[in-house]
Amino acid sequence: MKHSEMTRRALLAATAAAALGLGAVTAQAQSPENVLIVGQIAEPKALDPAAVTAVNDFRILMNVFDGLVRYKDGTLEVEQALATDWTISDDGTIYTFALRDGVKFHDGSDFNAEAVKFNFDRMLDENHPHHDTGPFPLAFFFSAVNSVDVIDPMTVRFTLNAPYAPFLSNLAYPTGLIVSPTSVETHASEVGRNPSGTGAFKFVEWRSNEAVVVEANPDYWDGAPELQAVVFRPITDANTRTAEMLAGGIDLMVEVPPVSLSEFQGDAFTVHEQAGPHVWFLILNAKEGPFADVRVRQAANYAINKEAIVNDVLEGTAAVAAGPTPPAFAWAYNENLEPYPYDPDRARSLIAEAGAEGAELTFFVTEGGSGMLDPVAMGTAIQADLEAVGLDVSIETYEWNTFLGEVNPGLEGKADMAEMAWMTNDPDTLPFLALRTEAWPDKGGFNSGYYSNPAVDKLLEAARASTDQSERARLYQEMQTIVHEDAPWVFVANWKQNAVTSDRVGNFSLQPSFFLLLDEVTKN
Amino acid sequence: MADYILKRLVSAIPVLLGISIIVFLIMAMIPGDPAMAILGSYATPENVEKLNRDLGLDKPLVQRYFIWLGNMLQGDFGRSFSLNRAVLHEVLERFNATLVLAGTSFVICSVLGVAAGTVSAARQYGLADKAITFAVLLGISIPSFFLGMMMILVFAVNLRWFPVSGMWPIYGERDLPSLISHLTLPAMVLAAVATGVIARLSRSAMLEVLRQDFIRTARAKGVHERSVIWRHALRAAMVSIIPVLGVQAGFVLSGAVYVEIVFQWPGVGRMLVDAILKRDILLVQGGVVFVAACYVMFNLAVDLAQSLLDPRIKT
Repeated sequence: MKHSEMTRRALLAATAAAALGLGAVTAQAQSPENVLIVGQIAEPKALDPAAVTAVNDFRILMNVFDGLVRYKDGTLEVEQALATDWTISDDGTIYTFALRDGVKFHDGSDFNAEAVKFNFDRMLDENHPHHDTGPFPLAFFFSAVNSVDVIDPMTVRFTLNAPYAPFLSNLAYPTGLIVSPTSVETHASEVGRNPSGTGAFKFVEWRSNEAVVVEANPDYWDGAPELQAVVFRPITDANTRTAEMLAGGIDLMVEVPPVSLSEFQGDAFTVHEQAGPHVWFLILNAKEGPFADVRVRQAANYAINKEAIVNDVLEGTAAVAAGPTPPAFAWAYNENLEPYPYDPDRARSLIAEAGAEGAELTFFVTEGGSGMLDPVAMGTAIQADLEAVGLDVSIETYEWNTFLGEVNPGLEGKADMAEMAWMTNDPDTLPFLALRTEAWPDKGGFNSGYYSNPAVDKLLEAARASTDQSERARLYQEMQTIVHEDAPWVFVANWKQNAVTSDRVGNFSLQPSFFLLLDEVTKN
Repeated sequence: MADYILKRLVSAIPVLLGISIIVFLIMAMIPGDPAMAILGSYATPENVEKLNRDLGLDKPLVQRYFIWLGNMLQGDFGRSFSLNRAVLHEVLERFNATLVLAGTSFVICSVLGVAAGTVSAARQYGLADKAITFAVLLGISIPSFFLGMMMILVFAVNLRWFPVSGMWPIYGERDLPSLISHLTLPAMVLAAVATGVIARLSRSAMLEVLRQDFIRTARAKGVHERSVIWRHALRAAMVSIIPVLGVQAGFVLSGAVYVEIVFQWPGVGRMLVDAILKRDILLVQGGVVFVAACYVMFNLAVDLAQSLLDPRIKT
């Protein structure tokens, strides 16, 4: 009896040891050379550029597809991609593009003017035979397009219903990427799982909830990529993503939580940072209550210690914002703008001047949401700063979707201030949609704080109609000066996107567009 | 027996209908709609309205419910907009992964729990009993997401014995050893709480049985103590342990949500959390109804098993 018991125990121990051994062997298997494994924040929705809205999906798409134009490396300025040249009519409504010769989609079909027309018609024309492969939530980026016409096989013309300056940068955005018409015809509603573009990497497979695999396109018109393949793994939990990076399960990790950055200090990792076209601000209700007085709005800008928020709450993952336009739009940014300094005394005297001492304020805070960084901690810090200058702030917290449902229809009758963040691809978008009088919520815009200044309205409309970049730049800069002074928002932070790479990864840099471009990256 | 099964199946219909109504109403009533979740900060009233029309969400509530129910009865659970694929396809694939995880955990917690409870009862107040009671209390008290993170830190990041997350290796064969290495940590974490609960209840059930006359008779007849405990007493105690196992199976299934998130296990729990955040109405509804149906079936199976063990329970 004693003997058989020992044997049973020994057997149990041996089995356990074997299981552990197996685990050890599999876990230690190194990822192969020239194959980059990217830790993404979520499963992509689809690999159809016209159908998706999330930066997470864009990170894959930008490597598989090209647009007519793209952002120049390290900037937000437009350069040639699938279009080699273009002309714009004097009234700014007709754009004619000459297309790159000899480019083929990954499925072997030709890239030409018909393919371009097909893509935009699919998105914009409700009667197009493949319009049912939508919905296309960001199609309104191109709502100014009246028609797309094929002039000859390698020339395509867009006719707009009115001048629309952001048109070119919208073409550089993922919504404007060109999909193979053949792939849409073949796969119909499944095209989002069978993407075919002209980009540096070809789609190989999508294993649901595990990985999207793409491999190098040796015939890429801009030079074949260095890597052999890229694997995008969705890892939704930030702590688990960090653990995978530490354990060597992934080579590149995006959106590192601020608190985890210290884990990657050693030589084995490189932390990358890049400021992007993002601005985090507080919408102030300029229609009613204390913030109807510009002095109280300015006081709020003086009272909040933005340095402390970006350094302590966000651990240096953001920079202090000076105005409504992020500095990443270098060409349109007003360099002379200085952030409101942290000056509680100045704030107190402005509040006293306006007779708003002890005013009660309702503050809408979100629990999370795209681009919102650390909204609860930031909201609490802001509340404390405002209370220190004698304002009585009560916070109301909402889950992100609920929050948008409260804030986007306007703050009137509900709140005095609300958190908000925007990431855009053109300096036109945010001020045009959120600062004009014509953009008040009842007119379908995002000006939830009811700011109104005819001078700003005029500047923004003129900038949208202009096709001359230096003219546009002048108009935007003037607009920033006025908005800075009027303080319809508290300008808080510009987020710096971050990523960590292992020491096996070379040639990687983040782009101000927040896209992830991998065609030059190496891994050994 | 067949009659009983049929009767139980028929009585499951109102339960499932009720669940379908509840989950439908909850998804209809929570603030924020799918169009808003998709459009994010671009959600103008105009854009939201257009997208809702495209998604078929502009119809009246009652009509939407019956369209959904009608389609579901024909086996069409609809299409998930956030994943852009058929709901049933996604749910089945994900449920499969959850079954592997929860099934393994259930086996671990049943075997370990019953064994620990039995040993504990046999050595009441002995050293083994005290050690087991302490371990059980620890298992019940540690939240599983915290335990999961600690296990990852120790066994995956520092010791590198196991992979951090996922179900299959990104490279290499999708074979049993690689599945086991991915499964070990999450299955143990998921089993921790349930093992504790089962051990406690097994201990008291065993103590109850060990005081009974037939045990004394068996011992008096000279039956070996090992046989008394593991054959005679445990078999009798199983009658009251099995319903507990049934309840724990439910807990393991729902506890899988946390474990799946921490270990990025591609299961149905993680799917539901993502779907709720994205307001993916059809995926949430389809997923919940499917899981509920499975749970009803499982309960039926437990009841049947119990009646097989204990002839006094009439079927």
